Amino acid sequence: MVIFDKPKALLDVPLHYCPGCTHGIIHRIIAEVIDELNIEGKTIGIAPVGCSVMAYDYFSCDMIEAAHGRAPAVATGVKRSDPENIVFTYQGDGDLASIGTAEIVHAAARNENITVVFVNNAIYGMTGGQMAPTSLIGQVTQTSPYGRDPKLCGFPVKICEMLAPLEGPEYLERVAVNSVVNVKKAKKAIKKAFENQLNNKGFSLVEVISSCPTNWGMTPEKALEWIDTNMIPYYPLGVYKDRSANAEVQHD
Amino acid sequence: MIKLTFKTDFCKGCGLCVGVCPKKILRIAPNTINKKGHHPAEITDMEKCVGCASCATMCPDCIITIEKE
Repeated sequence: MVIFDKPKALLDVPLHYCPGCTHGIIHRIIAEVIDELNIEGKTIGIAPVGCSVMAYDYFSCDMIEAAHGRAPAVATGVKRSDPENIVFTYQGDGDLASIGTAEIVHAAARNENITVVFVNNAIYGMTGGQMAPTSLIGQVTQTSPYGRDPKLCGFPVKICEMLAPLEGPEYLERVAVNSVVNVKKAKKAIKKAFENQLNNKGFSLVEVISSCPTNWGMTPEKALEWIDTNMIPYYPLGVYKDRSANAEVQHD
Repeated sequence: MIKLTFKTDFCKGCGLCVGVCPKKILRIAPNTINKKGHHPAEITDMEKCVGCASCATMCPDCIITIEKE
């Protein structure tokens, strides 16, 4: 009996991510959900620009590569042209929270029936660790060598809190992948986001707090601890909006 | 009997599986180098494995397969 194996929706190729990068865990969660819902044949993923730019090489479903930040706009087109498709976007914080802020806000406001997986690791990974809109106050990056100064660079953008007051979105949740328990919670949230789309409920976004050991300058294990001590206090986990459950904002 | 296998050539030696193992039976092999040039993860005592799949849950490269015989 097999207890654990690689999901079928994830191709059997090595991932290009750095050692200990949690992108791989999030890829696997999405692939497991696609397998469990048996929707591989009608799923179309939209890959972003960023570290996960080559996500189209890893999923066995159809994939489209969007221009930087424009994945929700591409997803809108794909979904509207054939509503039978299951469409998800996979976007990092440099993609979704910076250059693509307009697209995500309007896709949410229109309540497009798509699923968005937003990977927040508080830094620009692919380009070498520059400050992102989500970088924490005081965080040292290549472009904030003395730590992020809010007087100069403003405050980190909290996407879930920002989208929650809109009437459009159906489901917004923030999860993390820094421990076994959190990975299981993340899977539950991403599965719900896909099920919402299958049930025509509308826009679902799951923000996943991820790590970037290379650019944070830490070992992979230390990076997971850093999520617990620094990122989760600023980006509290929990459900920010769930219209179907009529839930008020809940925090862990 | 639990059988845990690593796809060693895909391992990047990040050690996330080592940290979460409740039985502390995983380690980064000090004297082995895989095709990518990393020290891969390995299991030291298969008999002690309880098949909790914590290692596989945290493995970013999805290289761990767990079977029960």
